[in-house]
Amino acid sequence: MSDLPLIQADRAVAPPAATTTRGRGRRLRLLSRTDRVVITLMVLVPLILVVGLVWLPALATVLLSGTNWDGIGPLGEIDWVGLKNYDDVVNIYPPFVPAIQNNLLWLAALFVVATPFGMFLAVLLDKELRGSRFYQTALYLPVVLSLALIGFVWQLIYSRDQGLLNALLGGETDWYGDPHVNIWAVLVAAGWRHVGYIMLLYLAGLKGVDPSLREAAAVDGSSEASTFFRVVFPVLRPINIIVLVVTVIESLRAFDLVWVINKGRNGLELISALVTANVVGEASRIGFGSALATIMLVVSLVFITLYLATVMREDKR
Amino acid sequence: MTAATLTREGTAAAPATRRRPPRPARVVLHLFLGAVAVGWLFPILWAVLTSLRSYEYTATHGYVSLGGWTFDNYLTAWRTAEFGKHFLNSVYITVPAVLLTLFLASCVAFVIARFSWKVNIALLGLFTAANLLPQQALLIPLFRMFTEIPLPAWLSDSELLYDSYWGLILVNVAFQCGFCVFVLSNYMKALPHELYEAAMVDGASVWRQYWQVTMPLCRPALAALATLEVTWIYNEFFWATVLMRTGDKFPVTSSLNNLRGEFFTDNNLVSAGSVLVAIPTLVIFFLLQKQFVRGLTLGASKG
Repeated sequence: MSDLPLIQADRAVAPPAATTTRGRGRRLRLLSRTDRVVITLMVLVPLILVVGLVWLPALATVLLSGTNWDGIGPLGEIDWVGLKNYDDVVNIYPPFVPAIQNNLLWLAALFVVATPFGMFLAVLLDKELRGSRFYQTALYLPVVLSLALIGFVWQLIYSRDQGLLNALLGGETDWYGDPHVNIWAVLVAAGWRHVGYIMLLYLAGLKGVDPSLREAAAVDGSSEASTFFRVVFPVLRPINIIVLVVTVIESLRAFDLVWVINKGRNGLELISALVTANVVGEASRIGFGSALATIMLVVSLVFITLYLATVMREDKR
Repeated sequence: MTAATLTREGTAAAPATRRRPPRPARVVLHLFLGAVAVGWLFPILWAVLTSLRSYEYTATHGYVSLGGWTFDNYLTAWRTAEFGKHFLNSVYITVPAVLLTLFLASCVAFVIARFSWKVNIALLGLFTAANLLPQQALLIPLFRMFTEIPLPAWLSDSELLYDSYWGLILVNVAFQCGFCVFVLSNYMKALPHELYEAAMVDGASVWRQYWQVTMPLCRPALAALATLEVTWIYNEFFWATVLMRTGDKFPVTSSLNNLRGEFFTDNNLVSAGSVLVAIPTLVIFFLLQKQFVRGLTLGASKG
């Protein structure tokens, strides 16, 4: 069924060059019936999976956020309540404000500290240095570990009675438990991993920069720092955008680390953890959960669009 | 334009003006990078160190000491946490999920790269964006859906998609497909189109073009993606935590959460458990580092 419109859509495309179009037109007509069935299946099976398990649930989340569904009752008993869930989340749900604050703090910490530090290290490692490989390996080793595991690894440093930090400082701070400090402790662990990731992405970007650009700038007497900011950084615009999007999405999706520590309570509230707690936790409130989830969706879609616009434009070149 | 002119000037002048930076700057650079690298490795080394010492020794002498070497933590952790079972669960989920992801993603990528239809851009966007959505945002409908879809008892003892390996495999595939479609379609677009012309002349069907012409040429990209996807799906924590109920069926990464209670008072056991969980990813990291890095950077930039 769906292969026919596909082929017609192609015919509507303006021909880039006469010869290739003629060739392409003939090719399409040459597609046998079997070929068309195969192509349809090759696209349709993965498409059903992704639409069914990602896009439809995303849409359903948005719709549910406007209803009073309790998550258990039959779908027929749903009533439309408009924006009431959003109103409730903002006004009568105490963890909401701390969660927003923590998510923003997470973003700020990654964006202001971890991301620039990763970029800085990438710039340093991009020089031809002896031992560069060792440094790189050490820096992105945390990237292969899951964030859940990272929570455990850092517990050995942060634990109140058996942790290294208190042993060295002689304090009694419960770094994971004390709601005044735990978000910072967690951010150090999250940043530890993020720096390596950004370093890796940026290093790949830097390797793609035409070396003659830098040499030309050096000839003009430009210092290393100003060469980077005036010549290299602007050329790396696409990778800069990708790094920005990765940073935003990572801070929005932050979940594993706080969930293994205390399920996102007591100073470690995050939107993602609140959504989860409202679905699988003891006090499940689907209304709150879906309103929060919709907020996450909207924010992420803005940056996903930015990402797609960047990578697809790259594609066309 | 400017780039082109710069290039010409640059290549002409470069050999004469390449200057060596002064030595002291290099020394400072190495000291700085060395310190950062050691700092970055430290938490992992500390976990390994702690895991190799007995609890009694560290309890009396404190952790900032040396001695009390033992391997018992690993044996105890392995036994108490039933790591054997959980590792096997991870294999049951990761292997089929990675194979299915690569297969389905390469199918879509092939169609996107092989034909220049207008819908291809929308298709690519649909798949790529799906990979970037926050998982928690889909949880509510998906959770309900999984508890409604029945499975025959011989497929899963839960008789539902919820709490079954199948459900986890499917959700991982749906999520990871996007990234692989994106990387593979870029890779396939770079293959010369004449290949297909030749195949067409030979009368090769679309399926044969995909399986016998394109796929063998994509081996490097597939290897890089396989490495990356194994790491990611092995490390996946969220879906297994919320879509599984039976403790015995949890994969390693999510079973960590259950260990918390059992290990709570003994950091040496926690560290042994952590090292055990990290071993598969560390092995991948050291053996297939090149593939891993290639996979990650293929996604961000082409080449």
